[in-house]
Amino acid sequence: MKAIKEISGKAYPFGRKNVDTDVVIPAHWLKTISREGLGKGCFETVRKEPGNVFEDEAYKGSPILIAGDNFGCGSSREHAAWALLDMGITAVIAPSYSDIFSGNAFKNGILAVALPQDAIDRLMEVAKTDPITIDLEHQTVTTPFQDRFTFEIDPFRKHCLLNGLDEVGLTMARNTAISSYEDKARDALPFLAKGIAA
Amino acid sequence: MTANPRTLYEKIWDAHVVERQDDGTSLIYIDRHLVHEVTSPQAFEALRVAGRKVRRPDLTLAVPDHNLPTTARLDSAGKRLPIADAESAQQLAALEANAPAFGIRYIGATDREQGIVHVVGPEQGFSLPGATIVCGDSHTSCHGGLGALAFGIGTSEVEHVLATQTLLLTQSKTMEVRVEGDLGVGITPKDLVLHIIGVIGTAGGTGHVIEFRGKVFEEMSIEGRLTVCNMSIEGGARAGLVAPDDKTIAYLKGRPLAPKGDDWDKAVAWWKSLATDPGAKFDKSVVIQAADVQPTVTWGTSPEDTVAIGGVVPAPESFADASKQDAARKSLDYMGLEPGQRMDEVEVQNVFIGSCTNSRIEDLRAAAAVLKGRKKAAGVKWAIVVPGSGLVKAQAEAEGLDKVFIEAGLEWREPGCSACLGMNPDKVPAGERCASTSNRNFVGRQGPGARTHLVSPAMAAAAAVTGKLTDVRTLV
Repeated sequence: MKAIKEISGKAYPFGRKNVDTDVVIPAHWLKTISREGLGKGCFETVRKEPGNVFEDEAYKGSPILIAGDNFGCGSSREHAAWALLDMGITAVIAPSYSDIFSGNAFKNGILAVALPQDAIDRLMEVAKTDPITIDLEHQTVTTPFQDRFTFEIDPFRKHCLLNGLDEVGLTMARNTAISSYEDKARDALPFLAKGIAA
Repeated sequence: MTANPRTLYEKIWDAHVVERQDDGTSLIYIDRHLVHEVTSPQAFEALRVAGRKVRRPDLTLAVPDHNLPTTARLDSAGKRLPIADAESAQQLAALEANAPAFGIRYIGATDREQGIVHVVGPEQGFSLPGATIVCGDSHTSCHGGLGALAFGIGTSEVEHVLATQTLLLTQSKTMEVRVEGDLGVGITPKDLVLHIIGVIGTAGGTGHVIEFRGKVFEEMSIEGRLTVCNMSIEGGARAGLVAPDDKTIAYLKGRPLAPKGDDWDKAVAWWKSLATDPGAKFDKSVVIQAADVQPTVTWGTSPEDTVAIGGVVPAPESFADASKQDAARKSLDYMGLEPGQRMDEVEVQNVFIGSCTNSRIEDLRAAAAVLKGRKKAAGVKWAIVVPGSGLVKAQAEAEGLDKVFIEAGLEWREPGCSACLGMNPDKVPAGERCASTSNRNFVGRQGPGARTHLVSPAMAAAAAVTGKLTDVRTLV
């Protein structure tokens, strides 16, 4: 996973509340063998609405998505996080998130920033013309107009995101402990420790 | 007496702790990882993207089962037949390519050892008592029948195990399901486990690992124990366990991937030490009287919706809580049943004998014993027998069971998950009923609109003969 220090760039001023994961990626995109390529299906139904932000050339390729309350509710599909990443979104700013989406976003290296609704309203305005900067180290969201909002984040998640550590990577960092268990198991439980040939 | 008596689950857990964390979780070592085509492609892809290897390919075994059609796999010239469904074909091809790319032993679609992962694991001696076993499939609880701590995981966890051979877990609570007395004549392990789920409910085991205890389980065959533990997940439990004993040891001895020589002796000594210590405490305990267990069928769309074959469809008002009443009404509507209707008068149009719950040799023998010299009823349009593996198929054919099935008018298929879940061509038509030896009677599980009645292999055979749900004891 890529380490995140700062995400700076244009943002989709989407703003919608209660966006469920079926909206993020409809069910017919789930029969896949890849995490990639789902960006094409991301917000598929919203893209058909006239004047939507996702088909607007002004926002194409934005790394940030601004949304309303309870983003990512509904189905637990991890595909929602994969789809956002595949369309280039590495941070979401919203007042709140569903627990499952928040977990899936973290597992896949997406920064989910929670800010109060008035801050969201202001950022929606700015995003129409100017870039936004999220500084994870200092936990701030800033604009070129001296706006400065601070956000909270779980210290463990912050550490993981700053250092590009996904859960797999974190456990791999405990290689010494795993190897030492394997050494002991070779003596104590050889019948389990010995593998089969490919 | 040990100073600190422990349960079987606690002994297996303690033997696999790599590191305890301050937050109460532990990093647990995984001894055996089974991989199939549906929940693994994105896990392998993630490894590839991150440039990671499989830490212990030698503790991993890959077998396709969910999507494989159960019709002939080779043409008359011995060439592989193509798979019609493009998405299934793609998932199967992905596993076939990923296994060798990551150095993992792969049992292919046309290999004699191919079968349902939960049949293949024990059969090959890959699954062992006291081992931690995972697979991206909820019915991994099955392997607990050998005394292994076995449970299902999601795709992200599959990736985690492939890369690290560990999982970060919170220790489960312990639950004892103690069965007292003896089962009646003609009562099978499937009847017992359906009865148990009916008593404890589908949330009865939530947060717990169940240990099945009592003389009934000691006397039960390994196949029967695998059936019972298979359905632990339907009782909400993370896993189910039966303590390993002399039967377990006899079952595993000489299997291709089982320990050999000195390792075997060490293994046997350790396995014999795993049984729950006298005085060990369970967090929860349920006692079942074996004499209460009848041939059991389901009437609704949840595995807890069980009733004895001699019983009737319950009235929704008979349930205490309002949400269950509402669920029962919806179930009866979906199932096309009326309260008070006798279960042994419910007609079925389909019969499925197979799945990781009931496709082992003992299951096929039980079904064949009922079908021998009899014919499928005219009202039964589709009846298939799907062996759990190529080796089960070969054994059944050596015993002539295939001929019994074919002469009775049933189809004899190639191994796979088949009509247990609507992922391959074996489906039950909308609005029709199926007497099924599988594990889930969910809405749409066997195909959109399909109506599933869960039963034992002998009861499924009886339904094939009479065309309706039938007390098999009236046929023997």
